[in-house]
Amino acid sequence: MMQAEWIQGLAGGLLIGLAGAMFLLVNGRILGPSGILGGLVDGTGGDNRDERFAFITGLAVVPAILAFVAGGASTHITGNMSVIVVAGLLVGIGTRLANGCTGGHGVCGIARLSPRGIVATGVFILGGAVSVYLFRHVWEII
Amino acid sequence: MRAVFAFASGGLGGTGLIVSGMTDTRKIQGWLDFLGVWDPTLAFVLTGAVLPMMAAWMLARRLHRSWLGQPIPERPKQRIDGRLIGGSLVFGFGWGLVGLCPGPAIASVSFGGSGGLVFLAALACGMLIAKPIRARLRIA
Repeated sequence: MMQAEWIQGLAGGLLIGLAGAMFLLVNGRILGPSGILGGLVDGTGGDNRDERFAFITGLAVVPAILAFVAGGASTHITGNMSVIVVAGLLVGIGTRLANGCTGGHGVCGIARLSPRGIVATGVFILGGAVSVYLFRHVWEII
Repeated sequence: MRAVFAFASGGLGGTGLIVSGMTDTRKIQGWLDFLGVWDPTLAFVLTGAVLPMMAAWMLARRLHRSWLGQPIPERPKQRIDGRLIGGSLVFGFGWGLVGLCPGPAIASVSFGGSGGLVFLAALACGMLIAKPIRARLRIA
């Protein structure tokens, strides 16, 4: 890893933290993409659909403008659609059962020193590490 | 007004994901590849994100309401239970498999290609599958 990558990581992280701080102090909401999207998808987030929709729109549109201006953005996602479908299902089910993902548990939960957030983050990093180890080094699928 | 600031929060968070490189699945899988060529970038991102968020929680503790009059979310009543552990394990497994979690998946919708769209569709399906399980397990 080059030095530029960790400086960009730190700078981008600060922006994510500021976004979470704004959402909490202005809207009184926790910046948790899985919960915000989940409430829209399954219809359980009825009381503040506009707020959820606006958040998701900002999260999609602003990076789209940045990527268009900068050019050359790529997720380098695998071309294996079966793997993508399985992963998407697991992420959707898992984050909704755990009530959070990297945003809600990872950033907001750890910052609040929430035992649930800290444990969840440790467990999903462990799960991800096992997954990468098995699929990359043992079965060599990814 | 709530929608305006929600859009701004989403946009700022998305900008942070782009700047930090967290929409690149190689960097996520590299961070999770502890026994291979490990990429520590995510640790810097998490550190950068937690610091302002920690200050926000400290400030929020002294306020009764947010600036737009909404209540500050209370600490969840649930404890560390099987739903939290099991769900996080399932999430982590999928996260490692492709290198995307919900935030970056949404942020990369414009440049993630067909793979990104398929991931988002599967993500939404997973969330719908989870709905009856959430109800049965009484997840609020």
